[in-house]
Amino acid sequence: MLGRRIARHGLMIIAVVLLGGLLSAVLVRFAPGFDVDEAQLDPHLNSQSIESLRQARVAENNILHFYFHSLQRAMHGDLGTSLSLGQPVTTLLRQRLPLTLRMIGFALLLSWSSALALALTAAWLRFFAYDAAATLVTGTLLCLPAAVLALLSVLWNVPGALAIALIVAPHDYRYARNLLAKAYSLPHIITARAKGLGELRILFWHVLPVAGPQLLAVAGVSVSLAIGAAIPVEALCGLAGVGQLAWQAALARDLPLLMNITILVTLVTLLANSGADVIGHMLRGQEA
Amino acid sequence: MTIWRRVACAVLLLVVGVSLAANWVAPAGYAKEYRDAPDAAPSRAHWLGTDDIGRDRFARVLYGTRISLLLAPAAALLSTLMAALIGGLAGYLGGAWAKSAMAVTDLFLSLPWLFLLITVRALMPLNVSPLVSVLVTFLILGLLGWTSAARVLCSTAGSVRDSDFVRQARASGIRGMRLFWIHVLPNLKPVLYAQFWISIPAFILSEANLGILGLGVAEPMPSWGSLLRELEGMVSVGDEPWKFVPLVLLILVVTSFQLVLSKQEEVAA
Repeated sequence: MLGRRIARHGLMIIAVVLLGGLLSAVLVRFAPGFDVDEAQLDPHLNSQSIESLRQARVAENNILHFYFHSLQRAMHGDLGTSLSLGQPVTTLLRQRLPLTLRMIGFALLLSWSSALALALTAAWLRFFAYDAAATLVTGTLLCLPAAVLALLSVLWNVPGALAIALIVAPHDYRYARNLLAKAYSLPHIITARAKGLGELRILFWHVLPVAGPQLLAVAGVSVSLAIGAAIPVEALCGLAGVGQLAWQAALARDLPLLMNITILVTLVTLLANSGADVIGHMLRGQEA
Repeated sequence: MTIWRRVACAVLLLVVGVSLAANWVAPAGYAKEYRDAPDAAPSRAHWLGTDDIGRDRFARVLYGTRISLLLAPAAALLSTLMAALIGGLAGYLGGAWAKSAMAVTDLFLSLPWLFLLITVRALMPLNVSPLVSVLVTFLILGLLGWTSAARVLCSTAGSVRDSDFVRQARASGIRGMRLFWIHVLPNLKPVLYAQFWISIPAFILSEANLGILGLGVAEPMPSWGSLLRELEGMVSVGDEPWKFVPLVLLILVVTSFQLVLSKQEEVAA
């Protein structure tokens, strides 16, 4: 059962990457300016050289040829060359990925722990003023554009990871609070409380087995949120990560680079969501 | 209607009303440059001061609010209609149609929203007139924002399709698109309404994000995103607090939109 679930996720990831790649190839191919090569404007080139450059482009006019050619190169680790930076995309990603992964990892750890701590306290205390204050703070943070939080983090010298955590944590808190409140209102948990069972015992033995899989799903979704938040944070805080690279590629209309980053990000998001789903399934299986 | 909902409606009406009256309140317009007073502090002539090239900040906030508040609902309407057609039809037809539509939806949903936005925005020419940039920005939001709504609508349409009254209608000979338009779609109204209201603040925030990143509405046309770009050059919060007016307004409006959506409609969404 678990093996089949993992296989299904694996197949879905491959399908999405292939389909996403095709979509990217179509978009790059039909984007304005695809047929134009700056090199053709070089006054040092003679007409024969310009013609050969044109011929090289003609082969890429066929969308399927263009797609399979890109796919073939990608299989060999060649993701093409950035038009704006003039460097291989693989090199750029290799340089920038560690910073982004480190930052997102730290941000997620911070956001999950703070959201869970806040949500648990709200569920334990069941105190209106605390709940209202937490809702007000998280609600205000949810009303702020991610880019404004990034700008404020620059203004107050706050690390980028903390800015991402502040963007992600309110979402996590809202979901976690609702899930825990629902779990704590289940009849068997109310009975356990009435019988005087300790809070920690109730949490680990009764609440988490019920709410755990859904909390894991929330954690999976927050990976996608954190990756999205990395763009404004890295771009505005001057951090040389993949988010900043995507932003620079967008401003320079460097479509091959942008498409590769997008596929990479999709892959990471899908892996995170699939991972959360598989672990959640395992937990449910253990409970059953 | 709760008290908070009434307050939210009043705030929204007030902000929309004032922004619609921008031509009378600030007749000089958003692009007029007062070259003798660049980066000025608030005064009687310029209530919120001027920006670094001498444009009246109050006028720009009014016109920017008008653009954001008129076009975000338009984009929300577009995305809700698309969700109704794609998600609603997929749920109604069921089977392979629903699976294919939801696979495409999942493909879009697996991309972080901001990544998808900047990727598609980058595919469009960036060097366009301000008016075109406004339309392109909100059109992209409308065209890409239907996915999560489509998912909700697909499952709702599926349950409506299996309901007794639809079975009865089918048994009495009503079939195909007629059944969809007359019996299924009207029953999706509460969900569509909720999705429309949810999308507006989401699109306002997305436009603000794009604007701050320089991928939104082009100068000199103001929008909340482009107005918030001014915060980039600030050294400390206390120095020029009036620069935060667009941000306060944005928070107020987004909060109001969220409060307008009642609990029941949120559940329906």
